[in-house]
Amino acid sequence: MKIKLEAKRKRGPGRPPKAVVVGVNDMPPTKDLVTIYRDMLLIRRFEEKAGQLYGMGQIGGFCHLYIGQEAVVVGVQSASKPGDTVVTSYRDHGHMLACGMESNGVMAELTGRADGYSRGKGGSMHMFSREKNFFGGHGIVGAQVPIGVGLAFSHKYKKEPNVCMTYLGDGAVNQGQVYESFNMAALWKLPVVFVIENNQYGMGTKVSRAAAGHDLSDRGMAYGIPGKQVDGMNVLAVRTAALEALAHCRDGNGPYILEMKTYRYRGHSMSDPAKYRTREEVDAMRKQHDPIDQIRDLLRNQNVDDTFLKEIDSEIKATVTSATEFAQTSPAPDPRELFTDILLPLTDERLVAKG
Amino acid sequence: MAIEIKMPALSPTMEEGTLAKWLVAEGDDVRSGDVIAEIETDKATMEVEAIEDGKMGQIFIAAGTQNVKVNAPIALLLEDGETASDIAAQLPTQPALASTAAEEALKFEGSSVSKDMATAALQAPIVADAEWNGTSTALTVRESLRDAMAEEMRRDENVFVMGEEVAEYQGAYKVTQGLLDEFGAKRVIDTPITEQGFAGLGVGAAFGELRPVIEFMTFNFAMQAIDQIINSAAKTLYMSGGQMGCPIVFRGPNGAASRVAAQHSQCFASWYAHCPGLKVVAPYSAADAKGLLKAAIRDPNPVIFLENEVLYGQSFDVPNDDDWVVPIGKSKILREGSNVTIVAFSIMVGRALEAADRLEEQGISAEVIDLRTIRPLDSKTIINSVKKTSRLVTCEEGLPFAGIGSEIAMQVMEQAFDWLDAPIARVTGKDVPMPYAANLEVLALPQINDIVASALATCDGFKG
Repeated sequence: MKIKLEAKRKRGPGRPPKAVVVGVNDMPPTKDLVTIYRDMLLIRRFEEKAGQLYGMGQIGGFCHLYIGQEAVVVGVQSASKPGDTVVTSYRDHGHMLACGMESNGVMAELTGRADGYSRGKGGSMHMFSREKNFFGGHGIVGAQVPIGVGLAFSHKYKKEPNVCMTYLGDGAVNQGQVYESFNMAALWKLPVVFVIENNQYGMGTKVSRAAAGHDLSDRGMAYGIPGKQVDGMNVLAVRTAALEALAHCRDGNGPYILEMKTYRYRGHSMSDPAKYRTREEVDAMRKQHDPIDQIRDLLRNQNVDDTFLKEIDSEIKATVTSATEFAQTSPAPDPRELFTDILLPLTDERLVAKG
Repeated sequence: MAIEIKMPALSPTMEEGTLAKWLVAEGDDVRSGDVIAEIETDKATMEVEAIEDGKMGQIFIAAGTQNVKVNAPIALLLEDGETASDIAAQLPTQPALASTAAEEALKFEGSSVSKDMATAALQAPIVADAEWNGTSTALTVRESLRDAMAEEMRRDENVFVMGEEVAEYQGAYKVTQGLLDEFGAKRVIDTPITEQGFAGLGVGAAFGELRPVIEFMTFNFAMQAIDQIINSAAKTLYMSGGQMGCPIVFRGPNGAASRVAAQHSQCFASWYAHCPGLKVVAPYSAADAKGLLKAAIRDPNPVIFLENEVLYGQSFDVPNDDDWVVPIGKSKILREGSNVTIVAFSIMVGRALEAADRLEEQGISAEVIDLRTIRPLDSKTIINSVKKTSRLVTCEEGLPFAGIGSEIAMQVMEQAFDWLDAPIARVTGKDVPMPYAANLEVLALPQINDIVASALATCDGFKG
């Protein structure tokens, strides 16, 4: 079978861009499509629950939901290999789940509990897992980009066959350190894929009001970094582009930029009423381009029956419910945690100041 | 009238150099712009050009002469029609404007002493090191820092050095001299001028289990990178619940050099010391510079390693030991005394030692503590000393407001209030951006006299 995912070259919300053809050879086996569906649905349901818990006052501070953008991280991560590293900004819950981190630990961190990934000291924007090669979760717009280049540097230094996937938003692309990073990554041919998640708004500012030039995928042009604009609402288009970008990096050709045209359904953070766009715009995107609807339709076309899909839905719902219970019942951090993890202890006795 | 050619200053802190080679001989005609000699400093070899047309009359300083002072006449250039026999030797010449102004400024402060601070630091006594009983070799701070990096790079292949001009140029201040030759371009890496970028790259590499040594050409430029240092390097361990250690060293010269004005002359000790998650080190001697840098590279935490350009060329005895490590967090009593405690770090240690000598002449016995590490602060040694002397003077080149002296004063008040016989005195830089003019710069920086005066003030009424 052959599916053509046609996209128009026009820009702007409501119009995911650029034709990406997914042919027979690119089509993952049905079981992989099911995994992709499951991963995307988990993020959607998890984030919906996080939104509810925020409303109930159980999650504090800043909380940036990923709803609408699920295809980006799931598509890219489905193309990755063991040992590849990931770093992103603060809209990071989806990335953690896509990296295989436990929903229990992520949710418990959101509620600020002892069993959270950062033992309650990081919160929504600052979670990490060395085990899953997820390096944050960074709260300063653009600051994760040089860090991602540093992870790529360490892959190359240690002669590892791995790539760092460095995610950034359309707001971050105007930060100076992003270009410092592009320059060094290209100069030293470091294995890094810069995944620009262009969800059309940097907080309340539409891309066209913040970014000169046209495609954000062109932002590496001055450094000779190839870039591609991708329909970020279509997980298979994302996956195809990511496979190509990762192969480019693994072959020692240096960095690659993928601009994912995507959309967030919710406000920038929980406190954002999103008055800068119309309800119609959001609805049109949800109705016509929802990434989860697209993959569900695809599965139906592949004769996956509705009963099976419903089973998956219930399974995910149960996972999220159990994560919620876990996050609500996990204890608050011990007050003694206030003063731990500031510095690592010295293991070499000779380095310890005595007397 | 013959023109005197003088030993040029080739950097803001150069005081002397080697006249390596003459490219002209007496009697040669030279034109303005011709290269007439080569001069070596501890950082580089530079060419000297003639600035007038003429004939080389007399060469005063032979090729190969070392330690030629800046502004010393090195040759005489004859104008048309003059011959060597027409003129008599014109030595010595007038001192340079800068040093005159500096001396005036010191007089203005009521000082009977007019020694330049850097000269004084050079002459500071080298204190025998109780931590080491073996043999030693005199090395400059610059050489000992280089040796520390080289030894740690031999020891651990994950250690690498990155920064502007660290590799092919051999270091803007020649601290990384020779590292590229030994370790190659994979481990000694020239960066573009992109402080925030390579500081962040270093943090990522440290998360990736490498051990980066990131050189800032000076810490003034690290302000471009301070977000990565504080938000990424210092805080991530905490924010990750202890998962994300960041073993990285940020090093480079800190504080005032000489005549480079406000944007290039600032001490950042209190900036970094303010932040939990960082260790902050500021050595004075070459032995400490080496031992502490090795400890910093082995430390699993981010370390800010504050060097001083004026100290780079100064020599101290350094233990003959390629495993010489000085633990971070321990200060050192360099001179024992009973009447007043003087606490200092980095370049101020030399001035504090000199001040102690002068106080001794006036019957005051001063104890001098070299902090070596700013954070974690070895307050125990300070408190014990204050309990003995009952008086304290803190010295730093940095600004007074919320400075290191303020913190020490507070800790002493909290822990040894009842032992104090006089208010604690602070000697700091003046609370102004660093001026350029030589006389103003001297006024802005804390001098030996200031330490002496403050110590005397704390001892007011004291009958030794």
